[in-house]
Amino acid sequence: MTIKATLVLFSILVAPGALLAAQAVVHVQPPDLHGPRQLQDQTATAVVRDYLESWQSLTAALEKNRVDLLDQDFVGTAKDKLTDTMRQQAALGIHTRYQDRAHDIRIVFYAPDGLSVQLIDNVVYDERVVDNKKVLTTQRAHVRYTVVLTPAETRWRVRIFQADPE
Amino acid sequence: MVLASLSLASAQDSRMSLPTTVGAGSAFSIHSTGSGKAVLYIVGPGQALRRDVQLGESTYFPVGSLYNAGHYLVILVAGSSTDNGWVDVVPANTPANLSFLAKPSRLPIGLHNGISGTVYIFDVYHNLITKPTPVSFKLSNPSGSAQQRAVTAHEGVATTEMDSSEKEGFAKFEAQVDGISSTRVVEQVPGSPCGLTMIARPSGKGIQLATNPVRDCSGNAVPDGTIITFTESYDGAQSTADVPLKHGVAQVEIPAHPGATITVASGVVLGNEIHWQK
Repeated sequence: MTIKATLVLFSILVAPGALLAAQAVVHVQPPDLHGPRQLQDQTATAVVRDYLESWQSLTAALEKNRVDLLDQDFVGTAKDKLTDTMRQQAALGIHTRYQDRAHDIRIVFYAPDGLSVQLIDNVVYDERVVDNKKVLTTQRAHVRYTVVLTPAETRWRVRIFQADPE
Repeated sequence: MVLASLSLASAQDSRMSLPTTVGAGSAFSIHSTGSGKAVLYIVGPGQALRRDVQLGESTYFPVGSLYNAGHYLVILVAGSSTDNGWVDVVPANTPANLSFLAKPSRLPIGLHNGISGTVYIFDVYHNLITKPTPVSFKLSNPSGSAQQRAVTAHEGVATTEMDSSEKEGFAKFEAQVDGISSTRVVEQVPGSPCGLTMIARPSGKGIQLATNPVRDCSGNAVPDGTIITFTESYDGAQSTADVPLKHGVAQVEIPAHPGATITVASGVVLGNEIHWQK
């Protein structure tokens, strides 16, 4: 599989054991870089793979209000904000489940020093809100995310994770 | 099919009057119709809020209530009735924080595009400001010269590349956005030796070798500690001496072998050659 392909379509499985063994449909578009550094296929593939895995961590963490589940995939501002959200949820007695259904990803920036990658992801996800075991609602969202990942020892981690109006 | 089993409510509700977008940290209100008590939730990956509200009144959220940019689900629960809507929180327009990374922190002089700078622009709540934003980069060299670049940030990030100067020393690399600036220091060190030469003179039964002051091609002194290699070849044999620069020169005494060829080098840079006849 190559990122250079005009359109790459593949699927990922949610974490084993999840009640909803759902698949997210993923489109990866060719990179449209506005920085000077070229992006190798292997790097792009690793970035997309690690980013998609971060959604599994996010889903599990916000559903269980467990900060430790973010450790593998999130750092910096993204982790801080998600951690705050989990603390707010825990204080209010609510849980949320963000089940991603589709991703349309395009890498738009690779820093000259190789220390950050930015991508835009048009995500479709279902958001379920539970207050004290009572499901309040499940809603489908279409959201444009701006995401910045930085390299760690063995993988790319999400440092900025921000939804913007389309 | 998993999707079919989900009960998806309507996207927007008629019992709530919601703003489409809210500036990060700005005050806003949500109006509801009807009567009685209800609970209002605003939930997204960025924040989670809950308020007890009175239907038929406006619920006011003061400055600083909802500050993380994102897409928020708004739920109004009144008894068994649940209504939903969405609110987008957008970053503030004014930059307040810059995340500026300059690489490398130390490099040789005279490198074209050798220094890179990348800046991410945030508002006061650490939301990435994604609208196009002018950014000014400036690299000030110790000699007083400066390079400047004007760049427009896209999706919250701007980058540039600069040349290292011809003179050694510490340069200030600054990124500036709307009056907010961030500065990094980049050390520019001399390049490889240029025009490496040595002289030789008798010293007892040996030969005293000494380089002339070692400089790079721009005339900067090569740092002390840089290794200079002297090589003596004679009668099919060879001996070498690695000597660190001290006070800008390297010197060593070697045995004298009539007919020997003596060379000097530093890394891949070769200096002059002396044929010893005495």
